[in-house]
Amino acid sequence: MTSLRQFWQSGPRRDPNTIAYTVLLVAAISFPVLAQVATGGNSSFIISVAGDAGVYVLLTIGLNVVVGFAGLLDLGYAAFFAIGAYTYAFLASDHGVVTPLHEAIHLPFWIVLLIAMFIAASFGVLLGAPTLRLRGDYLAIVTLGFGEIVPRVFKNAATWTSGVNGISALDIPSLPLWIQGPWAGAPFGIVRDFKIIEPLAYYVVMVILLIICVILVRNLHRSRLGRAWMAVREDEVAAAAMGVNTVAVKLLAFSIGAAFSGFAGTYYGAKLSLVSPENFGFAVSITILVMVVLGGMGNIPGVITGSLLIYGVIFIFLPQLPEYATGFVTSVGLGDLTRSNGDFPGIAEFISRLKFLVFGFILVLVMLVRPQGLLPSREREQELQKGTHEDTTIVDVNAETA
Amino acid sequence: MSAAPAAGSPSAESVDRPILRVDHVTKRFGGLLAVDDVTFDVKRGEIFALIGPNGAGKTTLFNGITGIFPPTSGRIVFQDQEITGARPHQVAALGIARTFQNIRLFEYMSALDNVRLGQHCRMRAKLWDSLFKTPREQREEREVTDRANELLKFVGIERYAQTYARNLPYGSQRRLEIARALATHPALLLLDEPAAGFTPQEKVELMGLVHQIVDQGITVFLIEHDMKVVMGISRRIVVLDHGEKIAEGTPEKVRNDQRVIEAYLGKQH
Repeated sequence: MTSLRQFWQSGPRRDPNTIAYTVLLVAAISFPVLAQVATGGNSSFIISVAGDAGVYVLLTIGLNVVVGFAGLLDLGYAAFFAIGAYTYAFLASDHGVVTPLHEAIHLPFWIVLLIAMFIAASFGVLLGAPTLRLRGDYLAIVTLGFGEIVPRVFKNAATWTSGVNGISALDIPSLPLWIQGPWAGAPFGIVRDFKIIEPLAYYVVMVILLIICVILVRNLHRSRLGRAWMAVREDEVAAAAMGVNTVAVKLLAFSIGAAFSGFAGTYYGAKLSLVSPENFGFAVSITILVMVVLGGMGNIPGVITGSLLIYGVIFIFLPQLPEYATGFVTSVGLGDLTRSNGDFPGIAEFISRLKFLVFGFILVLVMLVRPQGLLPSREREQELQKGTHEDTTIVDVNAETA
Repeated sequence: MSAAPAAGSPSAESVDRPILRVDHVTKRFGGLLAVDDVTFDVKRGEIFALIGPNGAGKTTLFNGITGIFPPTSGRIVFQDQEITGARPHQVAALGIARTFQNIRLFEYMSALDNVRLGQHCRMRAKLWDSLFKTPREQREEREVTDRANELLKFVGIERYAQTYARNLPYGSQRRLEIARALATHPALLLLDEPAAGFTPQEKVELMGLVHQIVDQGITVFLIEHDMKVVMGISRRIVVLDHGEKIAEGTPEKVRNDQRVIEAYLGKQH
C-alpha cells in the first residue's frame, strides 16, 4: 500500500502524462470487449473503424515529431502517406502485371512495411535537404507544394499507377505463424496460411504497433536528439553556436516523421486493399495537423487524444449527424421537416450540407476553450500563460530548495 | 569541475602561440563596412578584451569567428587550424563557445536542459542508442546530467535547475548562458557583454567567475562596455572604431591612447 502511495506521489501527480498513458492503454485494451458487449456481439464494424483510427494516431505521432518537437511546419505530410500506401500497392499485389514491368510482385506485408518506411524517409531527406535551410513560413509553402505534387504524380503516371482508378486487390497481410492468438478468428493450432482478415486482428496488431511506436518516440524525445530538436525550435542560432548541426537535426526530424507516415500508409493500403490518389489530398495533411495542434503539440498522449477525438468527429459523428437530426425533429413532433419543401431539401440533406460548418464550429470552440490543446506539453502550457506565470515558478523553486 | 581536455597544457611553448588569430578580417554588409581589415592575436590562457563605441563592429567580429556570418575576406585561425567559413556547429565542436549580447537561452527548456544541450557536440549517442535507450546511452545521459549540475553549481544557480530558462532572474540568465557555453568544453570562451545590466556587486562576482574560468585553462575573449570591468580584468585590449582597429595593448596603454580617447569622447577642437 505504501509503495503504491509512493509511486503515486513520485510519478503521476507530478506528471499528468503518466495518467494519460494509463487511461489510453486501458481504453485500448478494454475497447474490443466493451464494443462487443455494447453492440450485442456485432462489434466488427466499430472495431474496424477503431483500427482505421489507429492509422491516424500513427500519422499524428509522426507529424508531432516534425511539428511539435522540431517546430517545422509541414503542410504536405499526406505525400509520405501516399508514398507508403503506393509502395505497398506496387510490392504486394497483381498490379505489376499491367505495368511495363509485366510481373506481379508479392512481398510479405511486414517486409514492405520496413521498405515503405525506408522509401518514405528517403523522400523526406530528398525534400528536406534543399528546403530545410528555409524557415517557418517558407518551409510550410514548400511542403505544401510537395503535398500537391505527389498525389498528382500518382494520378497522372497512369501506365504505372492506373491513374484515378488507383490500385486494388492488394494482398491481405498475414502474421508469422508464431504470433497467433484468439483474435485470429480461427481455431488454435497450426494454421498454415494465417491471414489478418478479422477486424479484431487488425485492431490488435495496430495497438501493438502503436505501443512500440510510442515507446520509441518517447525515448527519442528524452534523448540527446530530442533536446536538440527542442533547442532548434527555441532558437536556431543559439543551438548552432552550442554545437548542434541544425540542418542534420531537422533533416532527422523530417525523415523520422516521413517514416511514420510511410508506415501508416502501408497499413492503410493493406487494410483498405485499395489505394487511389484521391485519398491523399491536402485535406488529409490539414486534418493530421489539426489533430496535432488541437491535441497538444509536442505532447505524445495529447496528440493521440487529439487524433482520436477528431477522427471520431469527422468519421463517426459528422456522417451520422443527418440521422441524429432526423431523429431529433421527429421526436419533438416536427416530422414535416424531414420532407423536402420548396427550396428546403429536408432536414437530413440540410444538415449534411452543413457538416463542415459544424466541424469548423467544433474546432473553433475547442481552440477557444483550450488554446494550448487538450493535453498540452508543459512548455506549450507556459507559452500561453505569458506574464502570469513567472513569479509563481520562481517562488516555487525557492520554496523547494530553502 | 574537471578542466576542459581541449585546453592546452601550460608549457612554455604553447603559451606563446596564439590560440586565435584574426588575420586581416573584413566584413561587408552590402555597402556597409562593418569590420575593416582587423588583425590581432589572442594568446592562450589570457583574458583578452575587445572594446569600442556602439556600432564599432565588435559583435560582427564575434559572429565572424563563430561562423554565424562568415567574414567577407581575411582568415581566422584557431589553434593552428583555419576556421574561416566553418559552420557554427563545427566551430563549437573545435572548442570555441560563446554567449550572446541579447541573451539567447532556450527559453522553454529548464536551466538543466540548457546546460545538457551544451554538451550535445561532446556526446556520442547515435539515433539507434536514443531510440532503444541502450545502456551506453543511459550512462552517457547520467554523466551529462551530473556535469550539467556541476556547471550550474559552478556559476552559482543550481537552485534554478528545474526552472524554465525564461523564468530565471536576469543575472542568473547571463550566468546560465556562461554555464551552457562551458558545457561545450571550450578552449576559448567568447563573452559578449557579460556584465551588461549588472549591479556593481554582480560585476564584481562576474569578474571572480571569469578568473575561475581562466584558472581552468580556458582562454577568455570578451566584449565589454563597462570600463571598470575591462580595465580590471583583461591582460590585453583591442579597440575597434567604425570597424577599424585603432589601438591594441595593455589596459594602461589603451587608456592613454589619443585615438581611443577621441573615439569615446569625441575630438577636442
